[in-house]
This record gives sequence, structure tokens and C-alpha cells, in this order.
Amino acid sequence: MAFNIKALPKKNYIMPGNAACPGCPENIGLKFVSMALGEKATLVVPAGCTSVIQGLWPRQGTSMPVLNIVFAAAASAASGLSRALRIRGKDDIVVVWAGDGGTADIGLQALSGAAERGEDFIYICVDNEAYMNTGIQRSSLTPHGAWTTTTHRGNPGRKKPLPQIVAAHRVPYVATASIGYPWDFISKLKKAASIKGFKYIHLHAPCPVGWRFDPGLTVKIAQLAVETGAWILYEHENGKLKLNPPSNKLVDPSKRKPLEEYIKLQGRFRHLTDRDLEELKKEIEENWREITAILRAQGDL
Amino acid sequence: MRLSSRKPRKSLLPGDTALADSSPSRKDELVVEPGDHFYPLSIAAPGSMGRTGSWRIQRPVVDAEKCIGCYLCWLYCPDNTIIMREKAGPRGQDVASIDYEYCKGCGICANVCPVNAIEMVDESKFISQS
Amino acid sequence: MALEAEEKTRVRRGTIVPMRGNEAVAYAVKLSRARVVAAYPITPQTIIVEKIDELISKGEMDAEMIHVESEHSALAATYGAAVGGVRAFTATSSHGLMYMYEVLWWVAGSRVPVVMAVVTRAIGAPWNIHVEHSDILSTRDTGWLVAMAENNQEALDLTVMMFRVTEDPRVYLPGIVGLDGFILSHTVEPVEVPDQELVDEFLPPRRQPYTIESGAPIAMGNIIPDEAFEEHRMDMHESMREARRVIEEAGREYGKLTGRDYSGLVECYKCSDADYLFVGIGSWMGDAKIAVDALREKGLRFGALRLRWIRPFPWDELREYGLEKKAVIVLDRSISFGYAGPVFLEVSSALEAKPSMVGVLAGVGGVDVNYEDIVKIAEHVVSLVEEKGRVYVPALWYHLGEFYPMKPGPLPTRKTPRHVNKLLEELWSKKS
Ligand SMILES: Cc1ncc(C[n+]2csc(CCOP(=O)(O)OP(=O)(O)O)c2C)c(N)n1
Ligand code: SF4
Ligand code: SF4
Ligand code: SF4
Repeated sequence: MAFNIKALPKKNYIMPGNAACPGCPENIGLKFVSMALGEKATLVVPAGCTSVIQGLWPRQGTSMPVLNIVFAAAASAASGLSRALRIRGKDDIVVVWAGDGGTADIGLQALSGAAERGEDFIYICVDNEAYMNTGIQRSSLTPHGAWTTTTHRGNPGRKKPLPQIVAAHRVPYVATASIGYPWDFISKLKKAASIKGFKYIHLHAPCPVGWRFDPGLTVKIAQLAVETGAWILYEHENGKLKLNPPSNKLVDPSKRKPLEEYIKLQGRFRHLTDRDLEELKKEIEENWREITAILRAQGDL
Repeated sequence: MRLSSRKPRKSLLPGDTALADSSPSRKDELVVEPGDHFYPLSIAAPGSMGRTGSWRIQRPVVDAEKCIGCYLCWLYCPDNTIIMREKAGPRGQDVASIDYEYCKGCGICANVCPVNAIEMVDESKFISQS
Repeated sequence: MALEAEEKTRVRRGTIVPMRGNEAVAYAVKLSRARVVAAYPITPQTIIVEKIDELISKGEMDAEMIHVESEHSALAATYGAAVGGVRAFTATSSHGLMYMYEVLWWVAGSRVPVVMAVVTRAIGAPWNIHVEHSDILSTRDTGWLVAMAENNQEALDLTVMMFRVTEDPRVYLPGIVGLDGFILSHTVEPVEVPDQELVDEFLPPRRQPYTIESGAPIAMGNIIPDEAFEEHRMDMHESMREARRVIEEAGREYGKLTGRDYSGLVECYKCSDADYLFVGIGSWMGDAKIAVDALREKGLRFGALRLRWIRPFPWDELREYGLEKKAVIVLDRSISFGYAGPVFLEVSSALEAKPSMVGVLAGVGGVDVNYEDIVKIAEHVVSLVEEKGRVYVPALWYHLGEFYPMKPGPLPTRKTPRHVNKLLEELWSKKS
């Protein structure tokens, strides 16, 4: 499917001069949400970087309507909002835009409830792999070995497989995406918008501040995550799994770039021991094994 | 926008007009009536954190000669501070230009440009020039 | 009681049905045409939700129920629906209310009207499902309007009124209707259910200051400079004060339509000519009225002033009726540990502690307090006043017929009653 950048309308997708740090992946992601959904998107945002990114009253730095809400309540507030708008005959696309903490930790219960009830909205987890807003503390989506301000010797745990957990709710659509692959993310958003019920998109979002890299490298690092196989682009539609480019070509490990290329650019992995690196590689290998097993079972491999 | 006066509360609600505009089309029972209160509502506008151009340490400078008008920098710029000028390039191509009032100088544009048409230059250079 | 008094003068436009307090609330929500209800079960609130679901299932009520997974989500979903432009309702008790707490603040700060019922109940540990007012009184500072029903009829009427008052552009704050757990929630009383046309006449279509939806790129709740934040709080305070006027108007109009007048923020029972006054909230003020009659028969001129509204606070009414009394006895069904009952603290500040005042704590955790207990309390206070002249006792705990003075100031000298856990003592003695 061809992606024509120039065909995108040239309105202001995000307001210049908002409070995002230079090179912020959440700002990039929000921009793509707005590009994909246009005037129809209505955001629900729990506490997190995006609460701050909007900037100071009486201005706000996104181009979309935003209902800010307490940390744990994004999915439940969105449930109510989308019900009300449907009752009133509106066709808004309600979109939750929540961080990894707001999704995988404090917001997980509300997310699970909304998914199980089949509420009609798109839930996007913008995953920068730590609590950035409060200053880079570990979340359950922080990868193994990563430094954060609460894991000075590297994160002993491993990343919670959240998209799989949401998919286990048997919702109609679950996808992963990356801010480094706008065409993939935008087409997934458009697809999600066309499906009724609960849709979940897990957006990988490398954060220069928290991951300790040069802000000019945000997009490159996001792409490296995919090219090395550390982050896998796929979608899960009505129970069927499908890999998306370029991840579909990376089932063969020899096609992947070495993980070190991704790791070495990030300060948070500077003190990674060989053992931790092995652990990280093992984790990634397991993810791939799980996916290929499903693809095989589906007869797609 | 005055922040510290108690009086003109209505004018403190930037959404007022937007709200009024969105109400007549409603077919439902709802009546949106702003009332005279101070609402924690903000409206989409540039500069919600001020002139963020002052954050810049390095400035992206576009070489219009090199630029091929591919829009990649425009696509990825987190702050929407790249303005594509249609057919304004020396070869009649679309060309990137930068809104220095708000550009935060992250350097993403320079990194994604396929032809290295954007160079990051230290801001100090521009201060000493002027 | 108010029902009978007004019987002659009004045109009845309702049906009298025996029902529990929780059902009365459910019918009020139906009559108010709420479109979204989100709630999570907790005793003693459950019947409200069950009844609403039943009404929806039978097609008698046109609303959607969101079966949320917690109270935090219940209020958040109710709020989301309200922001989306429909009338929305939730109900809870005790731990459920505590679990909602941060959302309460968020809702009020956003100025979007929402109505909630709180069926009062003690908060653990240990578990206790019976009546106490610590849950509802913990909402005092959140920016919600708070009203307390005395009986099932009032639970219904106040719920309908609460929609109207909260959706008045002069107010635009959310509101809580409290009713006492079990005493009202599970007790059948005759309730006049007003006709739908009557409620439609009283309650205009939903009004709210804004919605969040496509078409207007506004954000609710992003970061605000401190000065503006403080002004926002000042405005909430003003609106809460303004709500008094709105309640009076709405209550009067409701009275015209139903014969049940709610124009007062307080209900005054024989308090104008009284020497002594009971002040309190909730169902036991009904018992206080019976006590007033019994005491008057004994020659003690008592009156009872029930605060129907806790927020906005009925400051003027309290002063009008309370300032000149010989003594004011405040009945509190919860305690601010180490000080006094919350209602006492409120009332005492409004009366500038001018009359003799005694804060009586009783009935905490559902301990039964009947009118005879209240008579006993009154006689005790009268004897105190007669003996000492002016008294000011913030905390006098009445427990199973005994009085335990527990003033905030001096260090404790008297032991409080203590149930001895024989089993545990045995275990400890074995260990040592
Ligand atoms: C109940 C509650 N606990 C804690 C906080 C403080 N808090 C605000 S944002 C945040 C972290 C957000 O992390 P994440 O969800 O990963 O989003 P990010 O900031 O990375 O975008 C925390 C802990 C809060 N707002 N509310
Ligand atoms: S900390 Fe990271 S995610 Fe948060 S605003 Fe800054 S760059 Fe964006
Ligand atoms: S430096 Fe960053 S903010 Fe400035 S134009 Fe380039 S991408 Fe945009
Ligand atoms: S990425 Fe480079 S070539 Fe493409 S439009 Fe921008 S400056 Fe021009």
C-alpha cells in the first residue's frame, strides 16, 4: 500500500510551541493520530507527559479536543464519553492516549474492564518504557537491564507483554506500531477507526530524555528497534495475527540488524552487562518464537 | 489574556466561541450554556509554552539547493515547525523552511533528510553575527 | 409527616408506593431521565443499581448501564458520559466512595454536573456495613454539593432536585444525595412517586457549560498557572454559595408541584421557640423530632434543626435558629479522631460557639440510637448546663447508655470501654 506523504493535508496537526521536550516521541505520535483521524478524534489523556505537553492554560498544544483525566481512569472516562457521544448520535472517534504507566500499571484495571465490555474507542498506549513525567522511574514496560531513576543497577524485571494481554480479551483489533513508521501507524489508526468496539494500539515511542540519547535520533532509534527485531510490528484482527512490514521480513533472524546497534545509542543501556544483554536477547527471541508459533498454527508460515 | 483579574471571567474562557459554535447543530436534548464561570478549558493555539525557539541550542538550516521537497522532515518534525513552501525551490521544487519562533532545535529533521539538506548550526553563531 | 400536613392543599400528581430508600433513588434517576448509569456494587448501595438495571431491562427506563470494574471507574465513566453531554448518575457507599476520592475532585474542578447517591456506611478496618457518616462527610471539601435525606421520600425528591440544581448555570457543580445505610436504604416506607410529566415540568433538558467532542479543539484540565488556579477555586467557592439561592428556588418550585416544599436548606422542627436545640444530619433527626415532643411533655423546650444540605452550608439558618439558644446539642455519627464530630465543628464555627454547645458522638458503626437515647442525651446536657452555666464540650461520646467525655484538649484520664478479646489474650500469654 503506497503511502503518499504529499497527499496528507497540511493543516496544523500539533501546535508549535507546546511543552514537549525537543525530539519528543509523544508529540510525533500525537501528530500522526491527528493526521490519521482528522477532525473526528477526541482524546482522553490520563496523567503523563502528554498532560504537560499540552502546555499552559489558556492554550493547549494539540489540535484535538482533549479530556484530561486522573491517572487510572483513562479507559473508564473514555467509556462514558464514547457512550454519551453515541447516544447523542455523534460519530467522534474517542481515543485514549496513555503512557506505559497509565496503561500497563495503574490504568490496567480500567483498560481490562473497558476491553471486556467492548467499549467503542481506540486505546493507544504510547510506550516510552518508563514513567517519564515524574522523572524516568521504572514501569512494568521498562525492558530488562534498562537504567531508570528507580533501577540504578538496571531493571531486574522484563517487559510485560501488554498487547498479548489485551488481545487475550478477544477484542476485535490489537496492533503494535512505532513512531518511526508513520505509514504503518496511520493505516492502523484508520483501520481501527473503521472497526466498532475496543481497539488497542501499542505505540513504541523512544524518549530522548529517559533513554539518554540525542533528541535528533528519536526517529532513528524507533526504526532501529524494529530493524533489530526488538520491537515487532504486527496486528491482531479478529483473532488473526499478521506481521507488518518491515517486521514481516525479520522472521528470519539473519535479516535483523544486530541488537547492539540499537542498544549502543542509548545511555540507559550503557552499563548493560553481558549477562543482561543475553537476557534481553533471549526475551526478544521468545517474543519472536511466540509470534512464529502463532503464524505457523494459522498456516501463515 | 489576563490571568490575575477576578472580573472578566467570561473572557477567561477561551473556548467560549468554539462552544457556542458547536451547539446549534445538535439534534439532541442537550443545551450547552456557558454560564458565568471560570472553566479550566484551553483552546488549541501555538505557543502554549511560549516561544520555544529560545530553547534551541542548534538551529536547523535548510539548503534550498539541496532540498528535493520530499516532505520527510515535515512528516517527522515533532513540533510542526517545518513549513513546506510549494514550488519555491530554485528548481521549482517544494522546499522546506523552518519556523524559528517555535523550532526547538531537536535535529530530527536533519537526521531524516535523505539528501542532508539540513545542517544543524550552533545558535551562538547567529548571536555573534547579529 | 410533611406529606400529611400538606395533603389538603395540593393536587396530587403521583402514586404512593411502599419502597425502600434505594428504590426511591432509582425511581428518581429514572424520572430524571438519566441516560448513562455506571456503578459498582457495595452494600448497602447495591439495590439502587439493581433496580436501575431492572428498570432498563424492562424497557421502563431509556438509559445505558456501564458495568464497570471498580468505583474509581464508576465515577470516571459517569463523568465521561456527563462531559459527553448526557445526564449521568452513579451511586456508592463507604469504601467505594473512598476509592473514588481523587475522581470526586476532578469532576468538581471541571464544573461538569454529575449526580451521585451515597448510601452512608462505616469505613473499615474492621469491616462493618452499617450506618455512619464518615464516608459522606469526607466529601465535604471536594466541591460537590452534599445533601442528606431524612426519609425515603426525601431521598427521591432530593435526587430529582439535585439534577436541577447541579445543572443550573449559576451552579455547575456536581452533587451528592446521602441516605442512611439500612435505616433508609433497606427499609420500606410509603413514597409518593411523582408523575413523569411533573418531573419533566420541574427538570429542564440537560444543561452544561461545555462538552468535549469533535468540532472544538478545547482541552479540559491541562496545566494552569497558579494565579488562575486560585481564581478557579474562588469561582467554585462563589458558585457553591450561589447554589443556596438556586436550591431555595428549586425547592419552592418543587413544593408547588408536589406539595413538598424543599426551599429550606434546613428543616426546622419546633426550633423557633425552643430553649435547646438538636442539630444533625440524616435519618436519626426523625428520632430527634420524636425526642423533642417527649422532652416538651417533660417541660423542656427542645427543638430540632436538621441540616438537609451540608454543602452549601446553611450558615444563615443555623445562626438564625441557633445563636440565641441556651444550648445546642450537635449529634454526630462520625468522629474526627482526637477532636470532635465533623458536624459539631461546622456548627460550632457558624454559631461562633456563642450558645452553650455540646457535641455528642453516638451511633457510630450502626450502633442503634433511638428517640429514648436522644431524650437521655438531652437530659444529660440540660443537667450539665444547669450545673455549670455555659458549657462548651466538643466531644461527649454516648455509648450504650453511658457518657464518655472525650474533650480534645486534656490528656485522657478516663478509659474508654474496651471489648476484651479473650482468645487473643490467651494466644499472647502463650507466646510470652
Ligand atoms: C494516582 C496518581 N499517582 C501518581 C501520579 C503521578 N504521576 C503523574 S504522571 C506519572 C507517570 C506517567 O508515566 P507514563 O504513564 O508512563 O506516561 P509518560 O509520562 O511516560 O508519558 C505519575 C507517576 C498521579 N498523577 N496520580
Ligand atoms: S520526557 Fe520524553 S516523552 Fe516526556 S515530554 Fe520529554 S521527550 Fe516527550
Ligand atoms: S530541529 Fe526539530 S523542531 Fe526544529 S524543525 Fe527540525 S525537527 Fe522540527
Ligand atoms: S527532508 Fe530534506 S529533502 Fe526532504 S523536504 Fe526536508 S529538507 Fe527537503
